[in-house]
Amino acid sequence: MPDRITLQVARYRPEQEYEVTFQEYEVPCPKDWVVLDGLNYVKDRVDGTLSYRWSCRMGICGSCGMTVNGEPKLTCATFLADYAPGPLRVEPLANFPVIRDLVVETGDFMQKLASVKPWIVRQEDKPLSEGEYRQTPEEMDEYQQFSMCINCMLCYAACPIYGLDPHFIGPAAIALAQRYNLDSRDQGAPERLEILSDHAGIWGCTFVGECTKVCPKDVDPAGAIQRYKLNAALDWLKTFFMPRGAR
Amino acid sequence: MSEKAAYTEYHPRWLRPRMSTYWWLQRRGYVVFILRELSSIFVAWFVVYLLLLVRAVSQGGSSYQQFLRWSGRPAVLLINLVTLLFVVFHAITWFNLAPQAMVVHLGAKRVPGPWIAASNYVAWALSSALVAWLLLGV
Repeated sequence: MPDRITLQVARYRPEQEYEVTFQEYEVPCPKDWVVLDGLNYVKDRVDGTLSYRWSCRMGICGSCGMTVNGEPKLTCATFLADYAPGPLRVEPLANFPVIRDLVVETGDFMQKLASVKPWIVRQEDKPLSEGEYRQTPEEMDEYQQFSMCINCMLCYAACPIYGLDPHFIGPAAIALAQRYNLDSRDQGAPERLEILSDHAGIWGCTFVGECTKVCPKDVDPAGAIQRYKLNAALDWLKTFFMPRGAR
Repeated sequence: MSEKAAYTEYHPRWLRPRMSTYWWLQRRGYVVFILRELSSIFVAWFVVYLLLLVRAVSQGGSSYQQFLRWSGRPAVLLINLVTLLFVVFHAITWFNLAPQAMVVHLGAKRVPGPWIAASNYVAWALSSALVAWLLLGV
């Protein structure tokens, strides 16, 4: 195994350039180093001007998502040795505006995420004296997969629909809406459906399926969206065929 | 700061890379998706072809023979062969995706995804066997 590997890192410095340029850095390549370690090595010892986001180094915070050799990846979970002998191309996440180097602008995603109310919505809260809202393990199983989302936005980078139509609410926001819809303690599904049944919501998705493939947490946003479509279509049918009380 | 500094009113100019027209060639998954979308045209052609067949049958023996002669032309055969490949591709890709869209419960237990895909294939095999029996067996 080579002891060093070359990183070709995308640079965008708005004060001096209008386009992305690539800069090469040679970094050590021990078998336990991930791409983020390589970038930290560059930042600490070679070029302190390189900008990128990271925090936890353990696949929890979701902030170190980048494009590695064309694939959206969490750089803290992508080993350099898997790309030996290199070179390795590191670019910012696709489909987002780039602020600087590998740092993308996430405001659009944050606003969309909040719009689907990813929290437990109650029509009426029960008094504290009645205790917590209890749930069986089976009820928890219904939504747990979708609750693993870490908002890393890799699914947005892999979604061509989001790239072509920035109004699309996108995979993670819909998966998180579904996470709360499927929660037995939640009563906010009708409020979320108003936003998600829009053309820019679930119906914008054409089931490319790449969001699920790149998800580092096996959330399966594509599955969440298709199930949502099925439920929305059934609800729509019920309005025709069933009396109001039975829906 | 260089003279070319690209600032908007409140912050440095963000770079907004444009998506390539050929984005669908960039990943294998995108190509499969585009082929699956394209296959809808061929599914539609098979529907039209079936309707033409039904019309020919309803118009009597000579009309049906004329339809068979037209169907035997190399160009039509080629179109139908390509259509068959796309329709099989369409069916297989959708059957494999079905477990993602459907959650089926048997009692309190959730039916595993592979079972849902398998049930589609079984239904396909049974309906094909039924058609084969009607055409060949009776």
